[in-house]
Amino acid sequence: MSAGTLPYKVEPHPVTGVYSGKLGTWLFLASEVMLFGGLLSAYVFLRVGAPEAGPAAWPTHEQTELSWKIGGINTLVLILSSVTMVMAWVALKMNDVAKGKMYLAVTAALAMTFIVVKLALEYHPKFKHHHVPSTNNFFALYFTLTGLHALHVLGGVVVILYFLLPGAGLWKTNPTYYTNRIECTGLYWHFVDLVWIFLFPILYLMN
Amino acid sequence: MGGAHADVSGHVKMYIAVFAALAIGTIVTVLASTVDLGGHWNVAVAMAIAAVKASLVAAIFMHLKWESASVIWITLLFCAIFLVVLMALPVLTSGDRPPMVQIGSWG
Repeated sequence: MSAGTLPYKVEPHPVTGVYSGKLGTWLFLASEVMLFGGLLSAYVFLRVGAPEAGPAAWPTHEQTELSWKIGGINTLVLILSSVTMVMAWVALKMNDVAKGKMYLAVTAALAMTFIVVKLALEYHPKFKHHHVPSTNNFFALYFTLTGLHALHVLGGVVVILYFLLPGAGLWKTNPTYYTNRIECTGLYWHFVDLVWIFLFPILYLMN
Repeated sequence: MGGAHADVSGHVKMYIAVFAALAIGTIVTVLASTVDLGGHWNVAVAMAIAAVKASLVAAIFMHLKWESASVIWITLLFCAIFLVVLMALPVLTSGDRPPMVQIGSWG
């Protein structure tokens, strides 16, 4: 990348007041709000419209067999990963790249823990008990919302692993670029955490 | 954020405090769900706690507390308006539901 191809990669743009990568990340997150917002609206729509009784009634806790313990543990795993992500950025800001990469690795490991728990302890038993998206409106929403969220977690892992392995060389050539990219990765990562903060009570606790 | 972050090491304590608050918030959410508050109060309480937790994540972890660029706040304002409209749609259209909502099965 030759200098000057993309202006304002580090210094704030005179009009926006932020560097371009950060603005781009926020605009992307705005589109993500709309993506998840639409699905959450669908949840409210179907939930409010569900009849009181009969086969279409909203399933109870016992019927969904969702464990608030597993969901709660995964919530803690995800908020812990948000802390390690922001700590990675702090370490890079302090020029401690070894510590920064250590925190990035821990973040990726926590994210994979979330995915494994989701697949092995939640999705797998659900499918085994024939609780699939076509079972009822609740499971249609459950699998769409948590599936889309899990894909976002996986996407975060891919980006973090990129900056840990093939993309790590950027630290040597331009540490400011590297630190800023980790900051933007962090913005995305905290958003994924933020979405889960709403999904957990909605899906696991309100039945 | 610019060069306002010369003292980022001072942030660490705040990050740990936010983590503690989020963990406690999660436990409180679970505990609150075990109490029958009647009507839609359980939903309201759970959403209120989630909103506080989300605000902490956005303010501290996403650094909005230190964000002065209006372009980001305008973006967020439009997001908020969009979300409010989206969430209001099911309420505004009550009584006008497609049959599959009532049947509960999509075939």
